[in-house]
Amino acid sequence: MSNFFLAAATLWQRELVRFWRQKSRVLGVVASPLVFWLLIGYGSNDLARFYSGALVLTVMFSAIFSTISIIEDRREGFLLSMLVSPAPRSSMVLGKILGAATLAWVQGLIFLAFAPLAGVSIHLLELIPVAAAIFLISFTLTGLGFVIAWRMESTSGFHAIMNLLLVPMWMVSGSLFPMSTAHGWVKAIMWVNPLTYSIALLNHTLRFPNAAPGEMESLVVTAVFGLVLFLASGIMAAQKATHSAA
Amino acid sequence: MIQVQNLTHRYGDRTALSNVSFEVRTGEIFGLLGPNGGGKSTLFRILSTMMVPTAGRALIAGHDVVRDSAAVRRQVGVVFQTQSLDKALTVEENLRAQGHLHGLRGVVLNERMERAMERLGLADRRRDLVETLSGGLRRRVEIAKALLHKPQVLLMDEASTGLDPAARRDLSRHIESLRSGDGVTILLTTHILEEAGRCDRLVLLHQGNMVAEGTPAELRARIGGDVVVLQTADTALLASKIEQRFGVRPVVRDGEVRVEIANGHRFIAEVVEAFPGVIESVGLHKPTLEDVFVDQTGASIE
Repeated sequence: MSNFFLAAATLWQRELVRFWRQKSRVLGVVASPLVFWLLIGYGSNDLARFYSGALVLTVMFSAIFSTISIIEDRREGFLLSMLVSPAPRSSMVLGKILGAATLAWVQGLIFLAFAPLAGVSIHLLELIPVAAAIFLISFTLTGLGFVIAWRMESTSGFHAIMNLLLVPMWMVSGSLFPMSTAHGWVKAIMWVNPLTYSIALLNHTLRFPNAAPGEMESLVVTAVFGLVLFLASGIMAAQKATHSAA
Repeated sequence: MIQVQNLTHRYGDRTALSNVSFEVRTGEIFGLLGPNGGGKSTLFRILSTMMVPTAGRALIAGHDVVRDSAAVRRQVGVVFQTQSLDKALTVEENLRAQGHLHGLRGVVLNERMERAMERLGLADRRRDLVETLSGGLRRRVEIAKALLHKPQVLLMDEASTGLDPAARRDLSRHIESLRSGDGVTILLTTHILEEAGRCDRLVLLHQGNMVAEGTPAELRARIGGDVVVLQTADTALLASKIEQRFGVRPVVRDGEVRVEIANGHRFIAEVVEAFPGVIESVGLHKPTLEDVFVDQTGASIE
């Protein structure tokens, strides 16, 4: 059991050290949602409305950035030696996802520093649920990235999924328009879109008015979605390969 | 130490490995020689527990690589052709992370790391980022990494590919000292003849089939005598004429006619005499592993 945590911890630490040595990554991940938010927010004279969406986009970019590296990493990289080590695959999944989620979380917190521009002032005690919500969303999106990346043969496939699935998923999550004003089938998609609940959870913890769906519902859906993705990652990684992924 | 029994692997319709069997003894340096696409890498992936074979089985130190892969992973050190180092980390950090994956920590891990770095001459580069190291040094870090858990068997995939001759010699010195000093059994894949020649025993792989097995000397001895290489404008014509007249079977390859024959010097005199003006150049050499491969498959290794 201690070996399990040792392996997971070493992977987690590796993600952080790598990140620290490429600090410019922070700029890349935080800057584009920030520019996007400021443009659309000032343009529509409603910075508050797009704040949560932009924060989740930051987290999503970071999670994608971290998990896309799995594809190269297992072909020629550190993941190779993990695959032939006696450390359980589940410890590898835990270490990788927690590491990548931590990075996404840190970048989400950096974005949180811009909250006063959206008219949100957060007291120190209120910071705890907000930070916790951002972590949960980071964990969930990292799990999503892992599930997509694990079977991928090339990074270009991941980019296609990002453009065709992840970005549209984000667009109809309440980030740009609330569920209450959406029409017909778009509303139905929003209702089944797990990301809708992530945005709502963040809206609730930031005390934005008219956040929907409800707080408890948002928390449960986000947590369950994250857990399912995490388990799916573990199961996929434990499967024995009969073809050459590497 | 390693037993490969009727191993077969197919990727869809393509057979990458066809009924391969051999055995590697404890303390041997054993080579898998063949061209790229010959099946070496497939065999390597199966032995390193990364892939499940279609049929047959392989045992390392008595453990089945499929059913008992966890036990195999504890006994085997793997050196990959593509790098398995994290370039953004230092030498020491890479080794420490690897140790953790094998459940090593604290004083034991520190000692193992010291010893591995010392024996591979990495001690003064320990704090360097891997991305700043040369290809030869990186390969040494890979080996140091693979040795941390004191494996009985070291599997190396094209370990010397991409290294300059000096780094290659240096690498083979390290491999030899692992075998003689620590009694590690080493299985390596290669398409470099010079490297194959230094192995104790070899298996030749071609299109997934095992075409020959033996020590380098035994394999060379399969070709009696000498190899004579002739260059001419029409190789097929010359080859058939030689066959008619001398009763030998020449091989045409890369615009050359090759003849394996005892007393090559006498044959050269006769063949030049027999076909005046046809032969543009003549070469004579003792059989190499390349010649053995050509003899067995009609194809070339490199």
